[in-house]
Amino acid sequence: MSLQVEHLTKRFGGLAAITDVTLDFPTGSLTAIIGPNGAGKSTFFNLISGAFRPDSGRVLLDGEDVTGHSRGDIVRHGIGRAFQVASIFPTMTVAENLMVAVAAHRGQWAGLGRRFPPAGARARAMEVAELVGLADVADTLSAHLSHGDQKLLDIALALALEPTVLLLDEPTAGMGPEERWQMIERVQRLWERQKLTLVFIEHDMDIVFRVAQTIRVLCYGRVLAEGDAEAIRTNQAVIDAYLGTEQHAA
Amino acid sequence: MTAGTALRDLAVAAIALIVLIAVPFFVHSPAFLDFIIRVAAMALFATSLNLLVGGTGLVSFGHGMFYGLGAYAFALLMQRTELSLAAAAAATLVIGAVAGLAVGAVCIRLRAIYFAFVTLAMQMLFYSIIITWQSLTGGDQGLQGGIPRRVLFGFDLNSQLHLYVLSSVVMVLGLLVLRHVSASPLGATLRMIRDNEPRTAFLGITIWRAKLTAFVIAAVFASLGGILAALFVSGAYPELANWPISGQAIFAVMLGGISTFLGPLAGAAILLALGDAVTRVTEYTGLVLGLVILFVTLGLRRGVLDVLMEALRRRRAPLARPATPKAAE
Repeated sequence: MSLQVEHLTKRFGGLAAITDVTLDFPTGSLTAIIGPNGAGKSTFFNLISGAFRPDSGRVLLDGEDVTGHSRGDIVRHGIGRAFQVASIFPTMTVAENLMVAVAAHRGQWAGLGRRFPPAGARARAMEVAELVGLADVADTLSAHLSHGDQKLLDIALALALEPTVLLLDEPTAGMGPEERWQMIERVQRLWERQKLTLVFIEHDMDIVFRVAQTIRVLCYGRVLAEGDAEAIRTNQAVIDAYLGTEQHAA
Repeated sequence: MTAGTALRDLAVAAIALIVLIAVPFFVHSPAFLDFIIRVAAMALFATSLNLLVGGTGLVSFGHGMFYGLGAYAFALLMQRTELSLAAAAAATLVIGAVAGLAVGAVCIRLRAIYFAFVTLAMQMLFYSIIITWQSLTGGDQGLQGGIPRRVLFGFDLNSQLHLYVLSSVVMVLGLLVLRHVSASPLGATLRMIRDNEPRTAFLGITIWRAKLTAFVIAAVFASLGGILAALFVSGAYPELANWPISGQAIFAVMLGGISTFLGPLAGAAILLALGDAVTRVTEYTGLVLGLVILFVTLGLRRGVLDVLMEALRRRRAPLARPATPKAAE
């Protein structure tokens, strides 16, 4: 499914978080969004996924306008997301986390007639766990998982809803170099196998340049540049605003 | 996992009921019968509150409103209409559901502390209506004149023994239903909301619908407790609707434990037994109860039954570390 945003704008009080952003994410594309801290990357995700209502502009899914719809409604349209800080259900095991997501996806979350989990939910949850490589810790309490596995579980929760568009907010945040590559390879495999339209926010430039088909650079809430790795690497505006300082910091 | 736990719950309920009904055959103790009748009312009340507190993360300080409402609605229906006891009880539960829907619709969208305050305010409003509307409720004197037609399925509830059996049956069945609710898909959804409300919304769940359903169910079972209370005191008194009664339910939940289903039942029994024992020795009941609650909350840091269950789990799997696969089941 393709995702388009047109002239998206969001202000918080006097602060313009996102200004007139128009972007197109074609079906099956793999896009990285980069930009300095405070560039509006997470706000951008929040606008698409229905957490914030944009002041103006539109969000289109395969041409259908979903601007201002509720979070639940946008999920049902097929946009899943994972969070910068893993957002999971800590008192439940990995399998239970995924089973409640499966029940939610199947519209069985308000059921009172039978016991939890609904028939077939466990099998489907295990499929999803398998997909992200969490099957062997399925019965571990999710609060006790490693940081990386919690991030994977967060992504798995989104996958349980069978999204066609997946938004990942810094999937490698807080990980060591080696773990980062493992994570991003998993994400890449998921993208291929599930035929997702995938958009991810990332700070590690090596990963971005190696993995993303297209890179979009946000700066002060505006689109500063877009293009493939080569185009972005050599773009003077990007170097001045972001890459230059980034390389010093690294 | 599913069919097994349902059968186990059913078996536990059946055994509990058989034991409760058998006791009067062996022990002749009116004090014990009275105690269980009071525990039944309080246990339904506290367990229904825990569907909100432990089950959903909604701390209501006004849950006693529905307990009082159950008592008053039932007593009034019995006194002022010709309804049979069963019909009056059913009508009371419907009234409890409607009141739960109305109060819940106002409160459910509020965040933690505001939810607590507004539920408390609702109860105080309800209490002042009872006190002021003397012609209907008897004001601060309460509803006097007793409850007529105390007969249900051949049980004559003027007999303490019959009321005891009825209370036992109602308590066990009521708790069984609440247990089923917390083990249902809705119960799982409520735990999601407790753990991580924003994430739950991002999984496509309509938060207010889940919370409101829980609130209504809790109101209905608090009203059921109120009916037992009305039968026990043969009327209804403002104390049953005043805010300290909500505090008692919260104490029961805290004493017994919020993470174990039977925690509030244990808490209710401990609270009532303690109250009775202390009253015999001193008039400073509140002081002693306060100290016990302080000890449990600050010393054990959770309810008695939660601590016991944790110890039991440790003994079963002494070497199991939390991360060991399969340990959870």
